[in-house]
Amino acid sequence: MSAASTILAALVCIPIGGLISFRSFRGKRFLLNMIQTLYSVPTVCVGLFVYLLISRRGPLGGFDWAFTPTAMVIGQALLITPIMIGMTVSALSGVDKTIKDTTLSLGASEPQAIWAIIKEARFAMGAGLILGFGRAISEVGAALILGGNIAGYTRVLTTAISLEATQGNFDTALAFGIILLCVALVIAVTVNVVQQRR
Amino acid sequence: MSLIELVDLQQRHGSRTTLKSVSLSIEKGEILAIIGPTGAGKTTLLRLIDQLDNPASGKVLFNGREVTPQLRTKVRRQISMVLQKPVVFDASVYDNVAFPLTVRKLDRKAIPERVNAMLKTVGLEGYQKRKARTLSGGETQKVALARALITDPQVLLLDEPTANLDPVSLNTIERLILQFNRDNGMAIVVATHEMAQGQRLAHRIGVMMDGELIQVGKPEDIFYAPSDLRVARFVGVENILKGSVTANEGGLAQIGLNGHSLEAVTDHRAGGEVHVFIRPEEVTISLQPPSSSARNSFRGEAKLVALSGPYARVEIDCGISLVALVTRRSAEELGLKVGQQVHASFKATAVHVISRAGSDQAEVRGPTAESPAIGQEPHDIKPPNQSLFFPS
Repeated sequence: MSAASTILAALVCIPIGGLISFRSFRGKRFLLNMIQTLYSVPTVCVGLFVYLLISRRGPLGGFDWAFTPTAMVIGQALLITPIMIGMTVSALSGVDKTIKDTTLSLGASEPQAIWAIIKEARFAMGAGLILGFGRAISEVGAALILGGNIAGYTRVLTTAISLEATQGNFDTALAFGIILLCVALVIAVTVNVVQQRR
Repeated sequence: MSLIELVDLQQRHGSRTTLKSVSLSIEKGEILAIIGPTGAGKTTLLRLIDQLDNPASGKVLFNGREVTPQLRTKVRRQISMVLQKPVVFDASVYDNVAFPLTVRKLDRKAIPERVNAMLKTVGLEGYQKRKARTLSGGETQKVALARALITDPQVLLLDEPTANLDPVSLNTIERLILQFNRDNGMAIVVATHEMAQGQRLAHRIGVMMDGELIQVGKPEDIFYAPSDLRVARFVGVENILKGSVTANEGGLAQIGLNGHSLEAVTDHRAGGEVHVFIRPEEVTISLQPPSSSARNSFRGEAKLVALSGPYARVEIDCGISLVALVTRRSAEELGLKVGQQVHASFKATAVHVISRAGSDQAEVRGPTAESPAIGQEPHDIKPPNQSLFFPS
């Protein structure tokens, strides 16, 4: 589920981040400050915001998404959007400016140039992906509000940990925590291996 | 119709004007060298031609059509530029060279053949799988050149293509430039701070200083008939003298200089205040008064004899100060020594005369004042390749 939301967020955020870093426009600095501020948006606030959108009376109520995995994916994707955009911008700004000129002068269109620069920044981009994924897999607020922690349906590791902890089953809660970290480890190693191979 | 026409281009960086109303046309199949010291605006000009920057004012016409933002990518695809410090993508040599073809969405099957052929042309056969970032400076330059040439562009822009290259790589790159110009009729614009390179490669040369395009012309015009003091200094005219025309009979003028007089072939009329330019390699030295057709001969004392490669630079005080560039062998055969009495002579046709009106803001420094002290290695002397100064 966190992987799905990371991919969803990446699909949206990488092009947006690419455009922000590629073009210069008025208010760019302000926009980046805003994006960075949103890194620390509380997960429950995002959960609540999405809940208001998708609840029966909300503007997206017709889809009947409340307390479904879809709702959780949307919530988590939105949650990590600022981080993913911000990391994309900073990853791309780390690429030698001459690369942009080079791609353009070799005949690349703007999207092609952005893509070439993203490829140059693949290591930093990978780090951004892992960071986004980490925030998505470890958050509990949005998952709880949007999924409702329904066993076998919308219960995820974090909501399970929180439930076990409130019931006093600390050892189970801790075990779940370790499992979560193991999942994160597998993802991190996979991303790094993929990058190295290219 | 010119291939590219620049109309009144201006560029600013912050409050600084880096390009002052430059108008220039680039013809099909020509090699144009833009020479000038670093910071003169050469890169700024190339970037505007390549549509990498927007000019502050003015316009660029490509094949007679003004380049609008919509046409930009289309025009760029007819032009290739190798940047001053070329960067290669963090990928294989093959992927680097294939990049321009990939972005043009060429038939995938046709790409390998073209890339391999191009790598062979630039002498990088077998480098396909090498990581481009691990290559040496000369090899990187070749990859950048291959990448720029693979699309067979109508125009190739080169920004200091051989700065920091060893002489062997430099030769290879220059040979490739000439080859592509000859075989493909590619128009090539080379920006270089090295005037000798401009002369080796170019059909026409433009001299830039302080964001201005001061003079554009054939190499021999630039080197023998500079239009202004700054150009004269830059292209190595070491004898720059102030004088006034005292008489002119049918194009042979007498020019008075500080009580001395010389003859020059010029149209300047009597009474005109002028600058006189004489290239140092036009001045010959002898121990006896010369019995030659040279109209000008001055007796004086050798003040400095500095050896530099196959050349000797000799400063002579004949009341006026003259600098001569002779071959080392001649200097040795004459037994030239400091303090020796010699005759310095040059033809009336070797003297280029320009009017001093309007050029006095750039005050002439006497050649002596500019010359290094005796015994010190002369700075800034790049003895020209003689054969190049006498185009066949």
